Amino acid sequence: MMKMFLAGVVSTLLMATAAQAAEPVKIALIDPLSGPMAAAGQPAYEHLKFAAERINANGGMNGHPVEIVGLDNKLSPQESLVQLQKAMDDGVDFITQGNGSAVASALIASIEKHNRRNPGEERLFLNYAAVDPAFTNERCSFWHFRFDANSDMKMNALTDYLADQKNIKKVYLVNQDYSHGHSVSKQARRMLKEKRPDIEVVGNDFHPLAKVKDFTPYISKIQASGADAVITGNWGQDMTLLVKAAADFGLDAPFFTYYGASSGVVTQLGDKGVGRLYQINEYYGDFEDPEMAQRQLDFYKKANWDFYYLRLSNMLDMLKKAADQEKSVNPVVIAKALEGMTLTSTTGELLMRAEDHQIQLPMFISVMDDEMKYGAEGTEFNFHKVARIERDDVTLPTTCRMRRPK
Amino acid sequence: MLEIIIFSTLNGILYGLLLFMLSSGLTLIFSMMGVLNFAHASFYMLGAYVAYSLGMVVGFWPALFLAPLIVGLLGALVEKYGLRRVHENGHVAELLFTFGLAYVINELVQLIWGPVSVAYREPAYLREPLFTLMGTDYSIFRGGVILISAMMLVALWYLLKKTRVGLMVRASLTHGNMVGHLGHNVPRLFMGVFGFGCALAGLAGVMGGPLLATEPGMAESLGPIVFVVVVVGGMGSLLGAFYASLLIGLIQTFFVAMDASVGDLLNGIGMNVDPYGEITGITLASMAPMTPFILLVLILIFRPRGLMGELEP
Repeated sequence: MMKMFLAGVVSTLLMATAAQAAEPVKIALIDPLSGPMAAAGQPAYEHLKFAAERINANGGMNGHPVEIVGLDNKLSPQESLVQLQKAMDDGVDFITQGNGSAVASALIASIEKHNRRNPGEERLFLNYAAVDPAFTNERCSFWHFRFDANSDMKMNALTDYLADQKNIKKVYLVNQDYSHGHSVSKQARRMLKEKRPDIEVVGNDFHPLAKVKDFTPYISKIQASGADAVITGNWGQDMTLLVKAAADFGLDAPFFTYYGASSGVVTQLGDKGVGRLYQINEYYGDFEDPEMAQRQLDFYKKANWDFYYLRLSNMLDMLKKAADQEKSVNPVVIAKALEGMTLTSTTGELLMRAEDHQIQLPMFISVMDDEMKYGAEGTEFNFHKVARIERDDVTLPTTCRMRRPK
Repeated sequence: MLEIIIFSTLNGILYGLLLFMLSSGLTLIFSMMGVLNFAHASFYMLGAYVAYSLGMVVGFWPALFLAPLIVGLLGALVEKYGLRRVHENGHVAELLFTFGLAYVINELVQLIWGPVSVAYREPAYLREPLFTLMGTDYSIFRGGVILISAMMLVALWYLLKKTRVGLMVRASLTHGNMVGHLGHNVPRLFMGVFGFGCALAGLAGVMGGPLLATEPGMAESLGPIVFVVVVVGGMGSLLGAFYASLLIGLIQTFFVAMDASVGDLLNGIGMNVDPYGEITGITLASMAPMTPFILLVLILIFRPRGLMGELEP
């Protein structure tokens, strides 16, 4: 009897220590998981879970398994702050978000305030897709790390490519009417003027974010302007519906996009997108690396989404590297370790620049193509690499003067 | 410029006809039963989703006709087993019922079809151009939608004005009790009208799904505009709803197509303002989604009974 009792105590104790050692590191994703932009938030959520599984299979972050918590913000900054509070109350140290710089802006401000007021309970903000350059320039924060190229870097790479396309003489800009869209439009005009002064910007439209269902009036305008190319920073449904309308109306001008691979685009466009839809991103759909190809196959099978967010894998890899290196999962320790960290990814070496917490990485221009080995969304189409822009050509200086904790 | 005008007109009419298909049902139900059906746009969404699912089994065309029937049947059931019972507790209860129903349908759609948009598309041969004008294609499907909407319009007119059922419906609009006393089954008529209205919404969804996007937010995004149509047109007036739909469709499309700012307009009427100022620099295109609501406010201030509404009783 006594023996059994002892055995029971021992096993309970053992279980307790095991549980303690394996206390999960929670990462909360605050993104639109329902509503019109759910098609942007849901795949990110699945990607994170997928990447976390891989990290956990390799020993987690310094032995702690990673757990992803999905919180739906319906793309509203107010709702996001409520979810942020919920996450912090639940003891989540790492917050990640990507869709919408307005949301990111609110989250960064709130996390900064929290960290200033609650020393010892700091939280980190991991930005995987909110590309407003301000976050790593005038508004830079020690608590913010961006794992995606910012909007200016993408435009820098994109205009480098456009500079060599001599047949493009007239460009039309269509963007969402909020900070991101305006920044894309402004930089496009500035950089084109610098690199290709002969290009004429024949249109510059802004439409409300996630509200337009019918883009046909915009397409008529583009058609009438005689544009040779369209540049857009649209994402989510605004991307899908824009190119769908373009295909419906037989618009031949190529689209140079930030987010051409937004979910649903390939299905909606089909053969009409081939050779017409370009994307600037940190990766592309060829999956030359067998490891990445396997991820595409596994992920599609598991979650029914295509492997698109290489940066989410990179982000978790960097977090793991920081945690393993410092033998800690404390957010402040990890933040300091992330500064200046390099990571060898399938596309080359990535650097988390210490000055402004902006990742530096090579970028790729890809274009939708058919008969691809790894088709997106179950079709034969995917984004085929056409140009690689080296890290040094993508990078831009920063104006960030960061205040660091002691 | 000419092609912008032509295509904007076509697109405006197409959008207006879709709006009318939705609002005609809503306004019929309202004028007959006094119920403002908040779930109306949800039936529109159901139409698109049901057609999408059916289409995978029976093909695009049969689904195009079956889906509105199914949605109409659902609407009739809702009336018979839900609304009719709630009716005894007065209009507020009915209003709350349809309000709740909208939420329920929205959640159900997300449960069944998921939170992201589904790939509901017209078949490839319908995407071919019907005609090409100055480099812009106009697809067969868009032409087809205009045709079907116009046919529906004629059928609705014929049904209401020339048939016995239409006579009963029109009589019940104003003299419901009398129609009952004459021995007609008014509750069944109500059920029929409610179902018919929902079927029209479903038909709008079947066609609006491939044109716009079949996603869980589609009811939410169109719902408010449909109410605007009904108010602007005049509560309960079919003809008013028709004019209001076309008006809103055209205004919205043309606002996007026009390259002018508020300042340009003010300068045009003789005022002298900076066309690139903070407020005066707002372009008409970015105001387009607001226009239905601006129209709503203006109508409520200057003509509360709507374009074609009867005088307030």
